[in-house]
Amino acid sequence: MAFVGAKIKIIQPLNLNVHASTHPHSFTSNNNCKFTSLSSPFLGSTRTHTLTLTRSISPRRSAASSSTVVAVSDVVKEKKAKSTSNLLLTKEEGLEVYEDMYLGRAFEDMCAQMYYRGKMFGFVHLYNGQEAVSSGFIKLLKKEDSVVSTYRDHVHALSKGVPARAVMSELFGKKTGCCRGQGGSMHMFSAEHNVLGGFAFIGEGIPVATGAAFTSKYKREVLKEADCDHVTLAFFGDGTANNGQFFECLNMAALWKLPIIFVVENNLWAIGMSHLRATSDPEIWKKGPAFGMPGVHVDGMDVLKVREVAKEAIGRARRGEGPTLVECETYRFRGHSLADPDELRDPAEKAHYAARDPITQLKKYLIESKLVSEADLKAIEKKIDEVVEDAVEFADESPAPSRSQLLENVFADPRGFGIGPDGKYRCEDPKFTEGTAQV
Amino acid sequence: MASIFQVIGAATAAVSSSTSFDTKKFQLCSRRSVSERKSSFVVVKASGSNRIGSRADQLVTNAVATKADTPPAASKPGHELLLFEALREGLEEEMERDARVCVMGEDVGHYGGSYKVTKGLADKYGDLRVLDTPIAENSFTGMGIGAAMTGLRPIIEGMNMGFLLLAFNQISNNCGMLHYTSGGQFKIPVVIRGPGGVGRQLGAEHSQRLESYFQSIPGIQMVACSTPYNAKGLMKAAIRSDNPVILFEHVLLYNLKERIPDEEYVLNLEEAEMVRPGEHVTILTYSRMRYHVMQAAKTLVNKGYDPEVIDIRSLKPFDLYTIGNSIKKTHLVLIVEECMRTGGIGASLTAAINENFNDYLDAPIVCLSSQDVPTPYAGTLEEWTVVQPPQIVAAVEQLCR
Repeated sequence: MAFVGAKIKIIQPLNLNVHASTHPHSFTSNNNCKFTSLSSPFLGSTRTHTLTLTRSISPRRSAASSSTVVAVSDVVKEKKAKSTSNLLLTKEEGLEVYEDMYLGRAFEDMCAQMYYRGKMFGFVHLYNGQEAVSSGFIKLLKKEDSVVSTYRDHVHALSKGVPARAVMSELFGKKTGCCRGQGGSMHMFSAEHNVLGGFAFIGEGIPVATGAAFTSKYKREVLKEADCDHVTLAFFGDGTANNGQFFECLNMAALWKLPIIFVVENNLWAIGMSHLRATSDPEIWKKGPAFGMPGVHVDGMDVLKVREVAKEAIGRARRGEGPTLVECETYRFRGHSLADPDELRDPAEKAHYAARDPITQLKKYLIESKLVSEADLKAIEKKIDEVVEDAVEFADESPAPSRSQLLENVFADPRGFGIGPDGKYRCEDPKFTEGTAQV
Repeated sequence: MASIFQVIGAATAAVSSSTSFDTKKFQLCSRRSVSERKSSFVVVKASGSNRIGSRADQLVTNAVATKADTPPAASKPGHELLLFEALREGLEEEMERDARVCVMGEDVGHYGGSYKVTKGLADKYGDLRVLDTPIAENSFTGMGIGAAMTGLRPIIEGMNMGFLLLAFNQISNNCGMLHYTSGGQFKIPVVIRGPGGVGRQLGAEHSQRLESYFQSIPGIQMVACSTPYNAKGLMKAAIRSDNPVILFEHVLLYNLKERIPDEEYVLNLEEAEMVRPGEHVTILTYSRMRYHVMQAAKTLVNKGYDPEVIDIRSLKPFDLYTIGNSIKKTHLVLIVEECMRTGGIGASLTAAINENFNDYLDAPIVCLSSQDVPTPYAGTLEEWTVVQPPQIVAAVEQLCR
């Protein structure tokens, strides 16, 4: 069956070689798709059909050597290809983005170290490799815009402005953490920076993000705050794109033209489930137009391309034109979580993406386009290393939550614990603040 | 049933004529000090005691209170309406008062609500404030929660409580927990409401009682309304509360008629309501079973018993003060509920009472619940799944022996 679609330009990822022989699980022959890097699309296989695509493939740079950045994000409704331009951002922006990505990487690497030293426990999901998506999108937001994430949320919180100290303390479970130690790795919240979580179940945050976007529209139209143009970004993965909540929210967001951008961080793996094995049509961006919103596919390893798509999507949302679905093709360099042995993924696949490290790419671009000097970048790296060290020190020295914190924050209005046998509200019991009351 | 309403009606009339709702007359005791103290309305609390003004530091009035005092200056006569209208009135008053209050649910807007609770509101407030959602409970409940986190105060309607099972993920994980996991940074002032309970041959899936499933979720409050008076009061209290509140209505009670005060009033979410004071046995009930109990009470009174009937109203948390005072007086407890036997509200209440008031009990607590059976369609079978007045009478007689 020939795939008839709009002319789409997609940057090719790697060779997706899923050999039945190298894995203990038996992959069916359907999944043996060998793609050459130039002519095949990023596509999963479908059963016995061979997909031939009618695509015009843009001049691409090979993984290692190009110095021009080609922006190739396209909306499904045909659009002219962007011409290459040499300078896609200013020096300040470049340094800001570089710093943010480097912070994300350094922080996550430190998390891994701390985890193995027994400073943090439970499920910790690291973001190494995906920094371009976070920095590409979030650095374009205002403070009042909201970000909703999943359990892989440390870097989203950092990009949005939550101090590294607060995040590290939260991971250590200390009371100085951004959620007072009550949330943990998977529940990063910040009212000040409008980070609405941090959700452990996938898909759970998408309706919450839709709600935040709804509030923005409500403020503008019902409360008549005419300048309210806050947008919401919902980050989630390829696994979530098969979940009902995703589809229900795509529908509602498009229906009411909510100012939300659905950002799919497609890193091809949901723990050990390859995206191709889980999805009937692996091209997630196509699901946008099915609901009446543009669907865009972008190379998520290239922060400049992500930034360009983000600018357009955020602009759309701010102008009240409605939601956008952006599929960022990216990769996580580490396992799903620190407990994941990461045995299933093909080393060649990992090597391929490691060669396209977004930080290295940006560094190369910035230097080759003479925007910044090596010294500038080194200075940033040194500064960030210090920030991360300081965050660890701060978290180490912070106290653990005391018992009195146990019963606080269960209810916004603690009368919700009810009336005790003595006629007094339970929250008025002095033992309540000690955390030892019977509730 | 008619006689019960007469009793209620008479008592309400007596109360509204006897008390002037003058805030100066009532003193709020320290227990109430945490509640709102606006002079424009009165917080009405159910009295655990028999005698009006018996404790100087307690507010006294109640919809179905005891004997009235001599009437002071005439107050307004009140107005009669049906329960769903009372809900609507409460909702409308709150929407008028605070522009952030909005409603979302299936068919709440143009259709006016499947039980007419939101009738006319979309015309008045617009399609965004009274939002007709697509059929996606999990997602629009989550959307309501996200809206609540970012400053709105949504009321999420489940067309039938049973549909909220689809929203269990959002209700349990986000509604109940987000305030805690965010370290208190975000509050979720939502009201989740809808009709539940066994109706007239609606079939198993439309006759569910979800209070038993939701009661373990930390961080939420659950209330059940049973009369127009408490429906309006609880609706307003739930909307004003910063906690997530689940308001359980009952399909068969929407057409109850009662006279309610003209003045604005807000009830207390955590309190129980004294329906009929008595001396012999404490009967704890809520929602529709209140009426079965009152019907049985008539029979019991004729047979010489004096049951004390308490509508617990607050399903989570329990008002152990009112309940405890009653038990200390009568020493016998009968719980009558429509919830399932296993893991229901009655089961929790039995445990709570045993834990706190074991010394005061003369006999083990008797709990009458619905059968652990999916509600059958056939009318006769359906009748037998739910507790009926003769069973209540028999249980009381057995207890008091």
